[in-house]
Amino acid sequence: MKGYIVIDKELCKECHLCIQACKYGLIVPSREYNSKGYRPVSFKDGEGKCVGCALCGVACPEIAIEVYRE
Amino acid sequence: MKKVFGRPLSMKNNPFHYCAGCGHSTAHRLIAEVIDELGIRDITIGLPPAGCAVLAYNYFDVDMIEAQHGRGPATATGLKRILPDRIIFSYQGDGDLAAIGTAESFHAANRGENITVIFINNAVYGMTGGQMAPTSTLGQKTTTSPTGRNTTLDGYPIMMSDVLAMLPGTAYIERCTVTTPANIIKAKKAIRKAFQYQIDGEGFSMVEILSPCPTNWKMSPVEACRWIDEVMTKQFPLGVIKDRPAQEKKREQKGN
Repeated sequence: MKGYIVIDKELCKECHLCIQACKYGLIVPSREYNSKGYRPVSFKDGEGKCVGCALCGVACPEIAIEVYRE
Repeated sequence: MKKVFGRPLSMKNNPFHYCAGCGHSTAHRLIAEVIDELGIRDITIGLPPAGCAVLAYNYFDVDMIEAQHGRGPATATGLKRILPDRIIFSYQGDGDLAAIGTAESFHAANRGENITVIFINNAVYGMTGGQMAPTSTLGQKTTTSPTGRNTTLDGYPIMMSDVLAMLPGTAYIERCTVTTPANIIKAKKAIRKAFQYQIDGEGFSMVEILSPCPTNWKMSPVEACRWIDEVMTKQFPLGVIKDRPAQEKKREQKGN
């Protein structure tokens, strides 16, 4: 695993721009609600494909994504 | 593992009040990142507009002073003249800069005041419910133009950046957008350049940002970004409109 991201579920507003930004499709919509009534996206990286390119973080308007890289 | 991306230091830890997919939040973050990178957090003064971004002082961890509706450049002029060592930026929407504040923006640019203006263009009046703005594109449906904007009744969309670029006082004007990561990175470079020119004392610099407004355009955030790329950029072409310091540099090099 070269990188991973942490999504702040309370800040996410379900705009799905990060889903468009991720080249590997590692961010997926989810069904759980947060306290504001949005359904925040979640990070699914079973095969360790994330390289920590931070494009999702750049695209996220809410600064809800923190990116970590080796 | 090292943190490579997160909340900039010049941004307070408050969640944004903007709608999902709004361009204001991205623009705020880019400005905060540029302030961090240039190390001007202690000497920066921002002016939020009237409009959706009226609460921008809740998000920036720099000094902010609220200007009257449309009078951002006039207030910025006063601030810059009494405190010439500070970095002044005015953050304005299209209703603020291109409608009620046209005179103030135009004359501040004409005087060549050494300030930076961030102009957020979302083609509608966002805060009041999506009425037609001077920047609405031809044929665009808004709450006050339900059949689409037509030229007989409503005139043509105003291209403020091109108008201001005609004035000899302006130093740097660029139009960019925040729809894709590539465009966001370009927009950040433009904002950085605008601030750098102010630090160098080059004169009036402005960055126009085409910003999605999914709520008032009645689209999803992803569709709104696509609409900017496909429709709005035809009316408002992206790119550097004026860069006087770079042109002068080129001319000097040619002369030598």
